[in-house]
Amino acid sequence: MEMLTCKDASHLISESHERPLGLWERLGLKMHLWMCVGCRRFERQMTLLRLAVRALGKHPEAVDDGAEFPPEARERIRKALTERRDRQH
Amino acid sequence: MWCIRDERARDRKETELNKNTLGSPDTWLDEHGAALYKYALMHTRDEHKAEEAVQETLLAALESRDRFAGDASPRTWLIGILKHKVMDMFRHDAREVQLADPDDAEDAQVEDNFAANGHWRNMPSDWGNPEELLERGQFMTILQRCLDALPPRLSKLFMLREVMEEDTETICQDLAITPTNLWTMLYRARLGLRQCLDRNWVGKTAQG
Repeated sequence: MEMLTCKDASHLISESHERPLGLWERLGLKMHLWMCVGCRRFERQMTLLRLAVRALGKHPEAVDDGAEFPPEARERIRKALTERRDRQH
Repeated sequence: MWCIRDERARDRKETELNKNTLGSPDTWLDEHGAALYKYALMHTRDEHKAEEAVQETLLAALESRDRFAGDASPRTWLIGILKHKVMDMFRHDAREVQLADPDDAEDAQVEDNFAANGHWRNMPSDWGNPEELLERGQFMTILQRCLDALPPRLSKLFMLREVMEEDTETICQDLAITPTNLWTMLYRARLGLRQCLDRNWVGKTAQG
């Protein structure tokens, strides 16, 4: 079996988040990871990245980018809502 | 016959009760507006689009407030509607960028990670424990900045897949791309993000 490069291995690690890997792919990756600390770290980084991004999706307020709901936007939306409600009644 | 009527009456009663939980539409904007806006801005990265998404969400909520089932909190229910609105925007945007086209610049970005023999040019660093990582707001802020720094089509796809947690099949169908195509672009996005995080996050911890 031909040895995987780190580039091949990282591609397989990324794809393992998308589809089940085949037997040979899994074996090749396992052998590579056994020898390669860089790819072991990459694999962990990918798991952490997924966790972090999902957490970000659930708690966007965790990002401290100083972005506030602009008062003008709030008022425009309020107006649109009031108009729609008046039409409903 | 009155069996049915009875059920309807009960349904109506339940809806009435749930309306109480949802609160008056007048209060939605004050109670949830800021959270919805933040969510929309994170996904759209555009103030006008975020405002549009929040407005569309609240208008849709107004139209369908009778269908609020009451098993989720009003915030969760509103975010659910917002998610759909953002998805629609994504689909619209995605149709505008040529998703299936190969991109040499993106490919060069991938190559930048590796030496000619296929080994890491810079060894990926150890990010430590997930608990520690996720507790720090700073990591999330840098992550957001790194997402912004990706080529738009890569960040959009990555967000669809990882933040919206859409599955491969749905994304491929919606955007008319092949799974192989999608996986290659997700790989590029992940490599780009980790490189950006390695540079900006780990550099920071080493200093502080």
